[in-house]
Amino acid sequence: MNVAIIMFFACALLAVAGAVLLILAREPIHSALALVLVMMALAVLYLLLGAPFIAAVQIIVYAGAIMVLFVFVIMLLNAGVEERTDFSKIAKFGGVPLGFLLLLEIAHWLYHSPVGTAIANGAGSSNEAADTAQLSEMLFRQYLFPFEATSILILIAILGALVLARKEQ
Amino acid sequence: MMSAVPISYYLVLSAILFGLGVVAFVFKRNIITIFMSIELMLNAVNLAFVAFARAHGQLDGLVFVFFVIVVAAAEAAVGLAIVIMLAQNRQSLNVERINLLKL
Repeated sequence: MNVAIIMFFACALLAVAGAVLLILAREPIHSALALVLVMMALAVLYLLLGAPFIAAVQIIVYAGAIMVLFVFVIMLLNAGVEERTDFSKIAKFGGVPLGFLLLLEIAHWLYHSPVGTAIANGAGSSNEAADTAQLSEMLFRQYLFPFEATSILILIAILGALVLARKEQ
Repeated sequence: MMSAVPISYYLVLSAILFGLGVVAFVFKRNIITIFMSIELMLNAVNLAFVAFARAHGQLDGLVFVFFVIVVAAAEAAVGLAIVIMLAQNRQSLNVERINLLKL
């Protein structure tokens, strides 16, 4: 057992616990805080995977901006305890076991996939962290057009949010 | 040592988080929480992207994660505006009550 494995399992446990908490919490604000926990744990995992830039973006944009937006809307709408409603019989006895079956199948496939086993032996992965300078060069050369397209996307999103959320005259 | 953790562990964690996101999406009744479960699924996919980028020693996966985060931000802005509009019109956040398109 080395430090990386221990760190991985600690963060994985935190992330899964946060996701379960998101499902179990009745108050939306508790779910939001659980989701922040998941995002923080994932940021540490990105650091572990050697992607410090993505880890920083994860904390700043996801855990910072997006979750603040969520918490803001929850407070604005005064969202309280969610109501419980009955599920249909088909969903309860058919959907839930099938969902778990699908999850198990995906996990099993991933664990035994050629990619997973090949990399487990250390093939193809380098030890040093991903170079942020290299990443930015890629972003502004090879992916320049998508990058510029996202700025238009953000602009349209701002306009859409403004139009949707404003009060009717 | 950084590469001591096998990539398959990350992929399994990603699958578990995605599955929990799907469960939350199906089970939750509050529209804001349903939105949050979509974010959880996006996060799970991002983890898989970073793991694969690491596995192949290429940076394209990281660039893709960057774009996913940008799109998620735009989606959250528009989606939450729709939630605010719905809450003003219907006085409820329960998705069972938002059934205008239902037969």
